[in-house]
Amino acid sequence: MNKMNIHIVKRDAVIWYKGFAVRAAAIIASLLVSAVVITLLTGKNPIEVYSSMISGAFGSSLRIWSLLQNVAVLLCIALALTPAFKMKFWNCGGEGQVLVGGLATVSVMMFLGDSLPYPVLLLVMIAASVLAGIIWAVLPAFFKAKWNTNETLFTLMMNYVAIQLVAFFLKYFVKSGSGILTPMPEHGLPVIFNQPYLLNIITVAVLTVLVYIYLKKTKHGYEISVVGESENTARYIGINVPKVIVRTLVVSGALCGIAGLILVGGTNHTISTTTAGGRGFTAIMVSWLAKFNPIYMVMTSFLIVFLEKGAGQISTDFRLPVAISDIVTGIILFFIIGCEFFLQYKILVSKGRKEND
Amino acid sequence: MKKILAVLLAALMLFALAACGGNGGNEDNEKLGMSESPIAAVELKVDYEVPADFKIGFICLHDENSTYDLNFLNAVDRIQEALKLTDEQVIVKVNVPEGNECYVAAKDLVGEGCKIVFANSFGHEDFMIQAAKEFPEVEFCHATGTKAHTEGLDNYHNAFASIYEGRFLAGVAAGLKLNEMIEAGKFTAEEAKMGYVGAYTYAEVISGYTSFYLGAKSVCPTVTMDVQFTGSWYDATEEKNAAEALIAADCKLISQHADSMGAPGACEAKGIPNVSYNGSTYDSCYETFIVSSAINWTPYYNYIIGQVVKGEKIAADWCGGIAEGSVVLTGINQDVAAKGTFEKIQTLVEDIKAGKVKVFDTTTFTVGGEALETYKADVDTDAAYTPDTEAIADGYFHESESRSAPYFDLRIDGINLLNEKF
Repeated sequence: MNKMNIHIVKRDAVIWYKGFAVRAAAIIASLLVSAVVITLLTGKNPIEVYSSMISGAFGSSLRIWSLLQNVAVLLCIALALTPAFKMKFWNCGGEGQVLVGGLATVSVMMFLGDSLPYPVLLLVMIAASVLAGIIWAVLPAFFKAKWNTNETLFTLMMNYVAIQLVAFFLKYFVKSGSGILTPMPEHGLPVIFNQPYLLNIITVAVLTVLVYIYLKKTKHGYEISVVGESENTARYIGINVPKVIVRTLVVSGALCGIAGLILVGGTNHTISTTTAGGRGFTAIMVSWLAKFNPIYMVMTSFLIVFLEKGAGQISTDFRLPVAISDIVTGIILFFIIGCEFFLQYKILVSKGRKEND
Repeated sequence: MKKILAVLLAALMLFALAACGGNGGNEDNEKLGMSESPIAAVELKVDYEVPADFKIGFICLHDENSTYDLNFLNAVDRIQEALKLTDEQVIVKVNVPEGNECYVAAKDLVGEGCKIVFANSFGHEDFMIQAAKEFPEVEFCHATGTKAHTEGLDNYHNAFASIYEGRFLAGVAAGLKLNEMIEAGKFTAEEAKMGYVGAYTYAEVISGYTSFYLGAKSVCPTVTMDVQFTGSWYDATEEKNAAEALIAADCKLISQHADSMGAPGACEAKGIPNVSYNGSTYDSCYETFIVSSAINWTPYYNYIIGQVVKGEKIAADWCGGIAEGSVVLTGINQDVAAKGTFEKIQTLVEDIKAGKVKVFDTTTFTVGGEALETYKADVDTDAAYTPDTEAIADGYFHESESRSAPYFDLRIDGINLLNEKF
């Protein structure tokens, strides 16, 4: 009997237009498969379902603003995680770092909102959120750098600590015990051009460019890449690895803190344990799908938010259980992630040596 | 080592099979199943014609997987059917968090042409008010909120139901079950302790568990109750853990005010009777489910749609009771509930309707060992949460009269709060 051997081999770089075509084909294929699934499960017309998705994301100026705002927040967290990931420091603590950033913001709004002049209040809010995010990210980084602890577990556990901290402070802030803190829009970030989300969007756009430059053009960015590729090489060429780890997580935490500032100071004006809403984890996918390139991340975060908004609209328009729209989102993401795999690797099937039965 | 493991596993499987067989054996006994509800259904009065261009939008915190939201969604289906509204006229948004997303959702519903926007979660309130200020021509109705009577907006309204009456009745069913177990010699009257899983130490929850406890106490005077809080309205794991902790602390019967299947599921697994909330959990917990109280939101939907169609004002606060059909009970599980539960509740329903029985009768409970003659409740929401309104008169606490949402927040004797961290 001939034994078949299957190898998975890394491909050479694929030419850009070929890569583009493969990705487009994957999206079309995913839409076709989802269409079949939708028809089989619900009996609805898939074309109507897709147009409902598009209307959910772009159907009105409100929806477009809301889409962009959500892209901005998700992108900001993805930007925050990327330097750490590039260094192969698995920062799974985005959720917690964003929450403590938000908690710091809301505390400043609550206790200093009435006593400080507005510009000073803004500065204190920014400083507090950034500092809180940094503390939450640097703690695991310090332990990793000093004693090589597992950063994945550490950052994950810090998420739960952050959630409980928010619950604790809500109990303390809200005397009635309802756990719902009344929003304080009067102490929030300023509204520019009468568009409540514009400042958030511009801030994140600027951050995207800055992170791109930081990673691609600076010595710090270079050091991050080297540490990520091989710590031994980094040490050999004289890079102080613990220092780079801690420094990078300062950047990571600071950006998460800013995401918290945007969510609390610029959007909700209050906080709850679900304010981060799982974005700290979704951002991991955004960053990976974009291969840690901040410019691509604009597209991947856009894709994820589009799917989310579209899925919500499907369940509203057709009164379908949310699970159906989750299935559609799942199929689409499955194809996209799958095609990235096949763009990087190829599968070789070779006939092995003949074996005697 | 592997061998021992294999033997152990095999033994475990045998044991599991035997356990299944045991259950099968029980099924030989004929099941009596669920009775009808001891509260007669109230017919929906529709004295108006809904125009074809009328639209109403609903905002829900979670989806049908949460019993709380399912209760609202079922009411939406009922009103849609009763008024023969098309799917275009009824827009439902689920999984809307208690943040800016609620404001966006409300605005979006206005953009879709809704004349009424309804939101179902306490934390939606401030974002609904924000939208209400922006769109004075649209009516914004909010369940469980507290600010409509002080906000002074013509188009923002709160609603609730006198669910404390429903919980009181459910508590009576619990008390009768305890009595039955005491008589059967399972434990003494002094050991009769119930457990209650609550979300937060907040008036809505306190009013709920106190009325439940007073219902049980009205028929089983020695009963006490432990309350365990979870710090979340919907957390299946925490609710299950809380119920298990209460069972481990010798609670003979469990009830809950939380939205997942955590607590009823834990009770079914341990064979502890359970009084549910928001709807029947009989299908998955038929060996322990006794009865459930719930708010039926259909009468309120009928009221607000009627007022808008007729061009009349919606009240700032609306609190439906048993007579309006807002407070309902499921049927009673005749295989678990004590004999005579149905008849006892039926009599009490009439007494409550006639005003003969008051749930928060001050002669039935004490606070710190003393009966209360006066109490200032925090009815008007302010930053400092100052008590502002006298709530006790004519020998009872006037719940849900100064505003629709509950404000009974007294810690009465006989109820022991295990954790107040939330």
